[in-house]
Amino acid sequence: MFVYIVRRLLQMIPVLLGVILVVFLIMQMVPGDPAVLLAGEGASAETIAKIRTQLGLDQPVMVQYFHYVTDVMTGDLGTSLRSNLPVFDEIMARLPATIELAIASIFVTVVLGMVAGIISATKQYSAADITIMIVALLGVSLPSFWLGLSLIYYFSVKLQWFPVAGWGTWKHMVLPAITLGTAGAAIVARMTRSSMLDVVRQDYIRTARAKGLREQVIVYKHALKNALIPIITVVGLQFGFLLGGTVLVESVFAINGLGRLIVDAIRMRDLPVVQGGVLIASVIFVFVNLLVDVLYRYFNKRIDLN
Amino acid sequence: MKVEFAPTNQALPSKAAAARPGRWRTFYRKLRKNKLAMVGGFIVLFYIVIALLAPVIAPHDPYAIDLVNKLKPPSADHWMGTDDKGRDVLSRLLYGTRLSMSVGFVAVFIGAFFGIILGLLSGYYGKWVDTVISRVIDVLLAFPGILLSLAIVSALGPNLFNVMVAVGVFSIPVFARIVRGSTLTVKKLEYIDAIRSLGANDFTIIFKHIFPNILSPIIVQATMRLATAILSAAGLSFLGLGAQPPLPEWGAMLSNGRDFLFTAPYLAMFPGLAISTLVLGFNIFGDGLRDALDPRMKQ
Amino acid sequence: MPGQQEKILDVRNLQTHFFTDDGVSKAVDGVDFSLNKGETLGLVGESGCGKSITSLSILRLIASPPGKIVGGEILFKGQDLIAKSEAEMRKIRGNEISMIFQEPMTSLNPVYTVGEQIAEVLRLHQNMGRKEAWEKAVDMLRLVGIPSPEKRATQEPHELSGGMRQRVMIAMALACRPEILIADEPTTALDVTIQAQILELMKKLQAEMGMSIIMITHDLGVVAETCDRVAVMYAGKVVEYTTAKNLFENPKHPYTIGLMNSLPRLDEDVEELVAIKGNVPSPFNMPTGCRFAPRCPHATELCHSKLPELLTSDDGSKVRCWMYTPEWDGASKTATEMGV
Repeated sequence: MFVYIVRRLLQMIPVLLGVILVVFLIMQMVPGDPAVLLAGEGASAETIAKIRTQLGLDQPVMVQYFHYVTDVMTGDLGTSLRSNLPVFDEIMARLPATIELAIASIFVTVVLGMVAGIISATKQYSAADITIMIVALLGVSLPSFWLGLSLIYYFSVKLQWFPVAGWGTWKHMVLPAITLGTAGAAIVARMTRSSMLDVVRQDYIRTARAKGLREQVIVYKHALKNALIPIITVVGLQFGFLLGGTVLVESVFAINGLGRLIVDAIRMRDLPVVQGGVLIASVIFVFVNLLVDVLYRYFNKRIDLN
Repeated sequence: MKVEFAPTNQALPSKAAAARPGRWRTFYRKLRKNKLAMVGGFIVLFYIVIALLAPVIAPHDPYAIDLVNKLKPPSADHWMGTDDKGRDVLSRLLYGTRLSMSVGFVAVFIGAFFGIILGLLSGYYGKWVDTVISRVIDVLLAFPGILLSLAIVSALGPNLFNVMVAVGVFSIPVFARIVRGSTLTVKKLEYIDAIRSLGANDFTIIFKHIFPNILSPIIVQATMRLATAILSAAGLSFLGLGAQPPLPEWGAMLSNGRDFLFTAPYLAMFPGLAISTLVLGFNIFGDGLRDALDPRMKQ
Repeated sequence: MPGQQEKILDVRNLQTHFFTDDGVSKAVDGVDFSLNKGETLGLVGESGCGKSITSLSILRLIASPPGKIVGGEILFKGQDLIAKSEAEMRKIRGNEISMIFQEPMTSLNPVYTVGEQIAEVLRLHQNMGRKEAWEKAVDMLRLVGIPSPEKRATQEPHELSGGMRQRVMIAMALACRPEILIADEPTTALDVTIQAQILELMKKLQAEMGMSIIMITHDLGVVAETCDRVAVMYAGKVVEYTTAKNLFENPKHPYTIGLMNSLPRLDEDVEELVAIKGNVPSPFNMPTGCRFAPRCPHATELCHSKLPELLTSDDGSKVRCWMYTPEWDGASKTATEMGV
């Protein structure tokens, strides 16, 4: 297991470098001369040239890339064009809110999804099962931003149960977490259902029945642990969509997190912030993926060796 | 690894091996039997028809500004009300169908086109080609959700075309992975060796023999991907990074309606419903396709 | 050989049908046999004849829908198992009647240790505490001949070989000292050398514990090794029911004779293997009359039109065939005359 982790960490390095490269390349695609844009309207040629040297834009692309990589390694993600603060600081200030939102949403995804999936599987073809599956289909199809707006409309405005926007108390977390977690919960529910149905057909479940165990014990002790394995993979994948989805949800709920920072930065053409934000988010995602892989491997080693 | 076992009702015999009708006929029959899938397909078809006929069936000009009649709730004249500039919501929705459908199909096409090529090359040639391409795919997949598309759109500038490109690029790795997997499986089939020993060159093998055999998962994935692409595009437009006003794109309309959420909630409701229904249609139909193409499902 | 002739299990006219979209499958359609204390009864037949369904019916493990026990009685120590509630059956399963299955590779839960899977049964039925149950589990592993049982108990199924897994299954089944062990093709999936070991183990444990075994198999070699009495099944019914000795020396039913004939023999030089012509009928569509008639070389019109009963013939064995009844109009032939 340890060897596996080390191996995966090493494999991560080219991926991370690739991410940095892609981010760098994307920024190169920006039309227009950044120095000119930065200098503003009617700036003199001198000013523009000065800015260009300052930013290192007069050097060949490869050199620029090299500088960028070393900068990133040391945590220097540049300076925000808007606020003139280091991008890194800006991001770090907003990251906690996003992480909290992500965790709350994963919680919704996993708990809601698995419970629904188990109910569906154990009561296959019942009214509960069909309802859950229909709701799951809907959950995957609704745009998160629309769901968020609708939830705000009903629960914040009409019923006044939750605040309309912002972040800070647990009440602020409920609607955004539901909004962000629903699509994932729907997928997890479907996956749990099919995984459980698969497992319940296995020979060892028949053995468990022949031992005289109660149905409840069979489902929760014998079946579930086996069914978890593919569910873990799905949850891992969902985390990616979740991180990306924070961009939309934070906008809808006016949460001051990383997602909103990136979106605002795009609007303001504050490209260093966009670069840095996307980079950080991707790095987090890569590490989460590693964690999921390790978890999967831990659960799966029994099946692997079969 | 699933082992075939004797189920408790093992008395059920497999039906006598009937002559196998063509694979496509079987698939078509299974699909027809799946009522839900048919509903999904119908929804998709419905939207396609609307997209094509929008100019003909729209009651008003989607761009016609009429400030006198702004923010009117649904009425006989404006079935879905008017927006803050007095434009007919229904007409805008109908025209928006064209935008969403185009973005969806173009984006998926881009994703599928490059994804399939990369996947085929990667799966067929293996070794360093596979390693390089797989790394590239890993890198593309390292970007969570729509962040990649977001970054691309931010660099290229916010307009609908760039959204198509951005969402397309975002779709490439998914197709590449699936195609790679299928290619690896099909490559091992004996008849590929047979064809090769008859002197077929790589190009022929890949495109005439391997590709047709991996179509099924591609089709399913493309359908599901259409759903995701439309959602992503709407999301980007919602953030103001896609279709620019006055284009009647659904995401943009939702964003607009957000400002009037409390006074005129229908402004946000209808575009949301439009998106949801279309995406739902693709999802259901895609599910049905996948079930129909799965050889393990009983007829 | 059984000392007491005490009947511990009595299956009478068991019928288990499956109600599916394709029709009703009469998988088990009139099965009668009994099991005496301490004896081994073989339930023999080819795939699809209903022997596994019969055994699952005894423990009421039939998935219901689409299956259902529609008729008959299963008397265990005088009480009808079919009439019992699910809760009552749970007390019996793994405790008074146990079952082991064909596929040791997949019949154990991959995510729990083998010790835990045995201990679970002990905690459930014998109310043992965790520690006590674990120690008893280790004892059981020792009993079934697994070396280093303390270590093995902490291992998961994938760390054990097929033969060892089957021993674990046996340990699990016998932990609560059941009165009846149902063994559904316990050695079919194992290597030949391991097969012999497992059968030896079962015989030894049977002698030690005094339990009765229902041995389900399609392998006549296993029958010869282990069974006292045998019930031969065909197409959902018992067609011959006799002692093992009688079965091999003097088979009566044409199907049994066909089975014997199709066995490859080491002591004779045979040109071809004799197969029974034709196919097993579909349980959705049983023929009227004797189920074997379509394939029977001696079938007459009577055979095709009326179902024969399971009747006792002169040497005590029971056979379901018109040939052994007074109604037979063709010349009655014994097995020797039919050229076995």
